[in-house]
Amino acid sequence: MTQPTLEGVDHPSQDEEAEVEHGAHPTEAKYVRVALVLAVLTAVEVALSYTKFPEAATNAALLILAAIKFAMVAAYFMHLKFDNKLLRRLFVTGFVLAASVYVAYLLTLGVFLP
Amino acid sequence: MATKEKSLAHEEPVTPAPEHHHATNTGLSNEKLAMWAFLGSECLLFGALISTYFLYRGRSLEGPTPEEIYDIPYTSVSSFVLLMSSLTMVLALAAIQRGDYRRLRVWLLATALLGASFIAGQVYEFTSFIREGLTIKTNLFGSSFFVLTGFHGVHVTLGIVMLLSLWNLSLRGSLTQDRSEVVEIAGLYWHFVDVVWIVIFTVVYLIPT
Repeated sequence: MTQPTLEGVDHPSQDEEAEVEHGAHPTEAKYVRVALVLAVLTAVEVALSYTKFPEAATNAALLILAAIKFAMVAAYFMHLKFDNKLLRRLFVTGFVLAASVYVAYLLTLGVFLP
Repeated sequence: MATKEKSLAHEEPVTPAPEHHHATNTGLSNEKLAMWAFLGSECLLFGALISTYFLYRGRSLEGPTPEEIYDIPYTSVSSFVLLMSSLTMVLALAAIQRGDYRRLRVWLLATALLGASFIAGQVYEFTSFIREGLTIKTNLFGSSFFVLTGFHGVHVTLGIVMLLSLWNLSLRGSLTQDRSEVVEIAGLYWHFVDVVWIVIFTVVYLIPT
């Protein structure tokens, strides 16, 4: 049955459709490799939290490592790297909106002031 | 028979079941689209809770403070357990996509058990904090900590219920290869609670006040 098309709906482009049709998920071996990297990054995070480096540098490093782990889980385990771009846009929109709203909120309340 | 067991070598490339072209305006499954929209909105919920924790950190007038009661090695093990449950979840998805129902059930059960271990660890942590004098009413740290980690724990618990329901459906032969998207959608939710914990573990436990 052919579904009626609505005006203004963001239809996937030919590239996006091809991505859905041909975007094979990773192999099991790849999943295991990603999990090993995540485990190592977690160990590095914990080790970093015990070091005596300057606090600002340690905090920046911890946030970067958390961002890498977040991106790896989203890209490989949640398949955002392989799935249709529309799904990626949907999640990234929610995430960026949340991050912007709450960073603005915390800045307004002076949380990051010394 | 729909539940016929199949066994393939682990090294074989894992590809999803043939994509159905969904009869929707986007060409995507509405259920999957809805789950992603839901996860996008969950970013706002957890963003609010994490921001509130940030807002209150270091502002408690009386203890116990985070430095006095956190047990980082213990929480690191819990975090590792939850991280590994994401691996078992994708292995469950890979199993159903190639029609290996026995491995699907093994990995679903493993994921649920890892999730249950994480929750058991959280319950132990909460009770030890309460024994040391930190409750939700003690100070600003207690309020924001218990609300944030408690909400996350509720999400993990709901995920465990989903996983056990899928395991039960598979046992009854109702979860077949052509319905692998159901496992994928439950997996998206599970991985989301994992990524939220990645953020919580760093900003709440590892970054000093």
